[in-house]
Amino acid sequence: MPTYPNRQFLDFEKPIKELYEQIDQAKKLAEKNQKIDYSQTISQLEDAILEKRKEITEHLTPWQRVQLSRHPDRPYTTKYILKMSDNFLELHGDRNVKDDKAMIGGFAELDGQTVMFIGQQKGINTKMRQQRNFGMANPEGYRKALRLMKLAEKFDKPIVTLIDTPGAFPGAEAEERGQGEAIARNIYEMIRLKVPVICVIIGEGASGGALGIGVGDKILMMENTWYTVISPENCSSILWRSWEMKEVAAEQLKLTSKDMKSFGLVDEIVPEPEGGAHWDYDESSRLLKEYILKAIHEMNNYTPQERINMRIEKFGKMGFWDELID
Amino acid sequence: MNKENNKDPKEPQEDFFETSLSGEEDAMNKDSAQRQKWYKRLRKGITTSTSDKKEMPEGLWTKCPECNYICTTTELKENLFVCPKCNYHHRIGSLEYFDILFDNKTYTELFDNIRSKDFLSFTDLKPYDKRLEEIENKTGLTDSLRVGTGKVNDIEMVIACMDFAFIGGSLGSVMGEKFSRAIDYCIAHHLPYIVISKSGGARMMESAFSLMQLAKTSGKLSQLSDAKLPFISVLTDPTFGGITASFGMLGDLNIAEPGALIGFAGPRVIKETIKKDLPEGFQRSEFLLEHGFLDFIVDRKNLKDKLAQIARFFKN
Repeated sequence: MPTYPNRQFLDFEKPIKELYEQIDQAKKLAEKNQKIDYSQTISQLEDAILEKRKEITEHLTPWQRVQLSRHPDRPYTTKYILKMSDNFLELHGDRNVKDDKAMIGGFAELDGQTVMFIGQQKGINTKMRQQRNFGMANPEGYRKALRLMKLAEKFDKPIVTLIDTPGAFPGAEAEERGQGEAIARNIYEMIRLKVPVICVIIGEGASGGALGIGVGDKILMMENTWYTVISPENCSSILWRSWEMKEVAAEQLKLTSKDMKSFGLVDEIVPEPEGGAHWDYDESSRLLKEYILKAIHEMNNYTPQERINMRIEKFGKMGFWDELID
Repeated sequence: MNKENNKDPKEPQEDFFETSLSGEEDAMNKDSAQRQKWYKRLRKGITTSTSDKKEMPEGLWTKCPECNYICTTTELKENLFVCPKCNYHHRIGSLEYFDILFDNKTYTELFDNIRSKDFLSFTDLKPYDKRLEEIENKTGLTDSLRVGTGKVNDIEMVIACMDFAFIGGSLGSVMGEKFSRAIDYCIAHHLPYIVISKSGGARMMESAFSLMQLAKTSGKLSQLSDAKLPFISVLTDPTFGGITASFGMLGDLNIAEPGALIGFAGPRVIKETIKKDLPEGFQRSEFLLEHGFLDFIVDRKNLKDKLAQIARFFKN
């Protein structure tokens, strides 16, 4: 986890940066003038930082929430897997085309129990971001995910998917290899998986790219994430015919965890440390693990067929319409 | 506006836009969209009636957008809205498909009492509820999917067909629900299920609810599958986004009309992503067949016989 001064600050996080700068100054002054005790000032400033973190996340607009979900310091899939579990063994390839580095997966032990983790992976620096294709999987990524899910099903291991994608990759080769078919197949197969499937939005949950590993018994959303049918930017460009309306689009789409929970489209909101997951990787992983384990334990109470029926019913109820009476 | 004019696929529509899962309109009507932009710069009064319209007051003549062949609308209709010269398949609506497919044009429409609702109070350039009202008045359609049951060459089946004229044939809660109920109907009456797709993708004004229709419809399809009833997916021009990323590609057989644009992401987005021009025929039915995603391509004039034949294969 980056620490100050390597931390990156979003616009609305700037007040926190200023507090850090004040601490820096205080420390410098303390060095210069050792007769005066600055430790109290520093600890006051540190408290103020914590306070500010809390204050900021309490009043975020939907668009700011979107920005937070993309925070450059935010932990990604592998980070959570390594922090939450032991002995992660990454498995590669879809056995057809290639290994998609935007989608990762493998077995790990979560509190001693073998679990299959699957998720989109973003890169932590420019080079890695390109390698990971910014978390935008190609069809082979979705097919790798499905292969791993089937493997978990065969050996009766629960599946946990961690979703963090700006969308499935819209490339020419992706079309040639059937991006639509790959996602459709995953959705169809996931609804019929015999083992418990827990899906968590840990960052961006954009559209079919997210849903392609997002069908399960329990859908969780971390506090500062978003999940909907289209990114606010693209929505703005299509419906408003301008890139400038993304803030409004984010509001209109009602894409925050709070909205999604209130609609019943997700089951739980996983709380994050004050100010967002990027402030404390250990704490956010601990909270995430707690919620995942709870969900797995709950789903273990049902038979495979019960789980499948419940899944079909769960998604079957989603939607709103009027029904005219003849 | 008379009915014939409505069917003209290239007529610029004021409300015309497309939705798609990956977030883009597709480019198949890019030209007309651009033309439309130009129209809009003109002063009021000039925009309302185009010179095209004046030349064809009663919608008597239709020009093929592909080969510019001009024929009477009656002639085109008799030819199932396929250009007699170049075999271009004009975009048609659910009523036209049902007339073409069902014996004696006789069928029973199902679940037409389900209507869209502005649950999220979604407002873009206009409020969603107002958009729905306008489009209903303009097209006479109640949503983007029509479900009918009847006989096709004496074989009873359920056909669901999309209307592109209704918000780009977009997939929202109503389509999801009608789709699901159609499957329940198929299971209860032991009938094959045909879906004719023509859609820009998910309906953005229903936000995450529209996305969840992908899972909802796929779940229902698995029940149809368990009942060992066939599901035939017929893809027509254009089919994109959420449809392709769910039931559109999940048919026991996936078939398409010739030359139809079918894909996940729209051509414009792909072009912007790869920063290269797309090859000729990219995302057309023939391209999909070549890459292994279609069982076969079928001309509209053979569609009825083929569907009946497939149903017989599964039945006998």
